[in-house]
Amino acid sequence: MSDWPLWEVFVRPRRGLAHQHVGSLHAPDGALALRNARDLYTRRGEGVSIWVVPADRVVASSPEEKDAFFDPAADKPYRHPTFYDVPEGVPHL
Amino acid sequence: MTGHRYQCAFVSQVGYARPMVTPITPVSDEPASFTALLAAEERVEPRDEMPEGYRRTLVRQIAQHAHSEIIGMQPEGEWISRAPSLRRKAILLAKVQDEAGHGLYLYSAAETLGASREELLDALHTGRQKYSSIFNYPTRTWADVGAIGWLVDGAAIVNQVPLCRCSYGPYARAMVRICKEESFHQRQGFEILHTLAHGTPAQHRMAQDAVDRWWWPSLMMFGPPDDASEHSQQSMRWGIKRFSNDELRQRFVDMTVPQAEALGLTLPDPDLRWNPERGSYDFGEIDFSELYAVIRGDGPLNRQRIAHRVGAHERGAWVREAASAYEAKRADVRGEVPA
Repeated sequence: MSDWPLWEVFVRPRRGLAHQHVGSLHAPDGALALRNARDLYTRRGEGVSIWVVPADRVVASSPEEKDAFFDPAADKPYRHPTFYDVPEGVPHL
Repeated sequence: MTGHRYQCAFVSQVGYARPMVTPITPVSDEPASFTALLAAEERVEPRDEMPEGYRRTLVRQIAQHAHSEIIGMQPEGEWISRAPSLRRKAILLAKVQDEAGHGLYLYSAAETLGASREELLDALHTGRQKYSSIFNYPTRTWADVGAIGWLVDGAAIVNQVPLCRCSYGPYARAMVRICKEESFHQRQGFEILHTLAHGTPAQHRMAQDAVDRWWWPSLMMFGPPDDASEHSQQSMRWGIKRFSNDELRQRFVDMTVPQAEALGLTLPDPDLRWNPERGSYDFGEIDFSELYAVIRGDGPLNRQRIAHRVGAHERGAWVREAASAYEAKRADVRGEVPA
């Protein structure tokens, strides 16, 4: 038997938080991937919601072009509030 | 192959200071980006460039670790139907389920390095990859379940905590989950032994007998002494291993002796005594010829463990086939081309 497809598992730890990647597993279909994810990643109440995504459907940036890819953000310190000079004693700014 | 996998850092907040690693100098095929990551104490992630030796070492270590969790279900699993109360049974069932889970976290981590699940299971079933020798010893009495939790899981925790800071991200993240879950395992074992040790004289003897049998094999779980450990130096340099076998073994002895006193049980080593100069316990010489014999396959239960594992896998084949056939049929109804 060849391996079942691989699924990436995302769990929402509690309401108000985003789903987070927790790991992966093999399953023949989405319904069983969800059940396996419940048994594997939430045995101690770690989640209130689970997503499973076929691993081969994830599109990812490449580590080799990391610098070039993220370069547009590198020279824009004015996007951060700490870039600005604020006179002493100005409240609520 | 899962060469192009996306891995989110779900645990990246573990801070650390590296205590004792030799300066990093690049060797032969080491990509500059990899050397730079190690030097900066940053994690290596699946799609990063890495030397082939690093990848191979990790696959071997993570697979061996995963296999140990899976085979480790057997010695305790044998006692689920014989647990002395419903409470003990429910706890033991949960612990053995955790071990299955730990095996699966680790197989997933190994797969991020390009190994396939099928290959890994085949390597276990055919003996090409090893598992921890400790699981080749028999569980003769209920007290053995306690001794495994207290000593075997205790030793595993000492080994595993530094792996939460391993340089390879997916392995380190799996270890964080595992370490969180292991602490219940050790406590439940301690509780079993504490109850027996404070029970009838016969129960006390049973607890002592189990500790007498599991103590030395537990010390061997840390591997050969430093001067005979073939992979240690390179693994240290790569940030896979953080402390030497002998350092971890000493740490385990120092933690365990006071716990044995609290249990009212003795550890079977006449040379075990506090050394105020070292601030540690001295202990007797370990008979490593026993460890090597068990690794070679001459332990009490090597053949039975693998036969049981292969049998379970084969008996489960129809379930895997049925699930695949069901999904293929549904994909057909949906008009999809099956993967």
